[in-house]
Amino acid sequence: DDKLLTEPLSHPDFFSVKELFTLKDLFDARVHLGHKKGCRHRFMEPYIFGCRLDQDIIDLDQTMQHLQLALNFTAHIAYRGGIILFVSRKRQFCHLIESTARACGEYAHTRYWQGGLLTNGNIQLGHGVRLPDLLIFLSTLNNVFEPHVAIRDAAKMSIPTIGVVDTNCNPCLITYPIPGNDDSPAAMELYCKLFRMTIIRAKDKRRQSEAIEELQ
Amino acid sequence: TLRLICTTTAVQRKNVRASGPEKYTEAFIKKQIEEFNLGKRHLANMMGEDPETFTQEDIDRAIAYLFPSGLFDKQARPMMKHPTEIFPEQRKIQWGEDGRPFHFLFYTGKQSYYSLMHETYEKLLNIQKHQDQLTVQDLPLQKEKRNLAGSRWLSKIELEEMLLEKLSDDDYSRFIQLLQKLVALPCADIEEEYIQKFSKEVPVQLQKVVIEPLQYDERGVAFSTGEGKRKTASATAVVYDNGSGKITVNGTDILHYFPVLQDREQLLFPFQFLGRIGKHDMVCTVSGGGRSAQAGAIRLASAKALRSFVTEKEVEFMRQAGLLTVDPRVKERKKPGQEGPRRKFTWKKR
Repeated sequence: DDKLLTEPLSHPDFFSVKELFTLKDLFDARVHLGHKKGCRHRFMEPYIFGCRLDQDIIDLDQTMQHLQLALNFTAHIAYRGGIILFVSRKRQFCHLIESTARACGEYAHTRYWQGGLLTNGNIQLGHGVRLPDLLIFLSTLNNVFEPHVAIRDAAKMSIPTIGVVDTNCNPCLITYPIPGNDDSPAAMELYCKLFRMTIIRAKDKRRQSEAIEELQ
Repeated sequence: TLRLICTTTAVQRKNVRASGPEKYTEAFIKKQIEEFNLGKRHLANMMGEDPETFTQEDIDRAIAYLFPSGLFDKQARPMMKHPTEIFPEQRKIQWGEDGRPFHFLFYTGKQSYYSLMHETYEKLLNIQKHQDQLTVQDLPLQKEKRNLAGSRWLSKIELEEMLLEKLSDDDYSRFIQLLQKLVALPCADIEEEYIQKFSKEVPVQLQKVVIEPLQYDERGVAFSTGEGKRKTASATAVVYDNGSGKITVNGTDILHYFPVLQDREQLLFPFQFLGRIGKHDMVCTVSGGGRSAQAGAIRLASAKALRSFVTEKEVEFMRQAGLLTVDPRVKERKKPGQEGPRRKFTWKKR
């Protein structure tokens, strides 16, 4: 059991997450497109490559690195049987995200976030609940263009977060930010596909390792 | 777990209200069911009946016999029912041994409602995809209008019962709007089964009042009966055809029974309305109420009886004139703190 948990940590890319995407895939899915210059958030300036005709372009090299770190992290969490919660407040992609979560066997919350879900979980969700071990934000802003309450709550409850931050978002409290577009359907489908594949891969590897352990 | 660093003299009180309604575990309910079955057999033994064929009605009778109670509220009396009827149905624990919840929308709080919305939206997308396929093949879209008049959507309380979850008004209205959007699409016939889960048949309210056919007595004269009520008086009237306008009440003539003109006018009003004053004979019996109430009761009874002699159009005219409606006015009760139903006690300034 100890060996199962420590072995993946010795490799830098145990789940070979780099093979899942290329720079060309990100470009084709229009991940590099940001919002207009006026909407730019101050803390997103390091991640922005440049500005063309007033529209910000996100640096895809940095996105590649951040995405690889984030996918690696999710794979490790899924390998250890952690609870992953997909959060987004975009109505357009609510159905897509819920179906992705269902396909992975993980959980989703794309509806109105009630105040004390994480901080007051014992009372609101039942006594002795197990809170999520990872929160994945496919859009960090809520419908009023303010940072989602769950970012702050997860930071309070020491739950790691992964978030797709657009040029108008605040990447501060997110542990693994992924600078990228969160508005076009192509980009969202790409993210959903990537997360789904990593989680399924990690779970399959876990089952294989457990089977091998049992045989020995 | 947290450890108390500073101790207070006052003991921490258990916040009873904050813990919510009592939660019954599955093991507890199972034990209650076993105890109930055992108790049922003991009771049957006590009453000298067969334990195998001891029904719930027998149990109720036995308990009422062994523990007679004069309490007014039926629910306050001793009762012995199956535990599933006594303990309300509750949500069992939503997660397994490792702590992972069973439902993928558990962390939203309202899992059944949101999963319902998710499914309905999926059906909507399905229908749109089907529509697109048909348009690509240039096939005509089906346009059979659903009969909206005879069905209604489930009410909020019924939906709450179905989902075992509390809903807010906004949630409910959103769900109904989504269903209406689904139904409004042309190819909604594919998901007809799914929609029928949430619609209910409304029984046709206007049940046609059956007008009884004319009966014929020994002399061959046509007659029909009618019943009427007003306040506390109830009357039955038998209207005969080929008459001379004679009216008998409780064996006496109306002139003797109703000395006041107003009451006699009330009796004659249905005949006057139809223009058949001298054509019908009437024999009626009336009891209860006062003078005016009896007159009103006989009027209603005679109008009901006359329906059989008259065309449907004239029946409709009678209904619109108010001859066929039961007068709902009864004596209002006296309230405490007041002298009568409306009159208050005299207000004295000092």
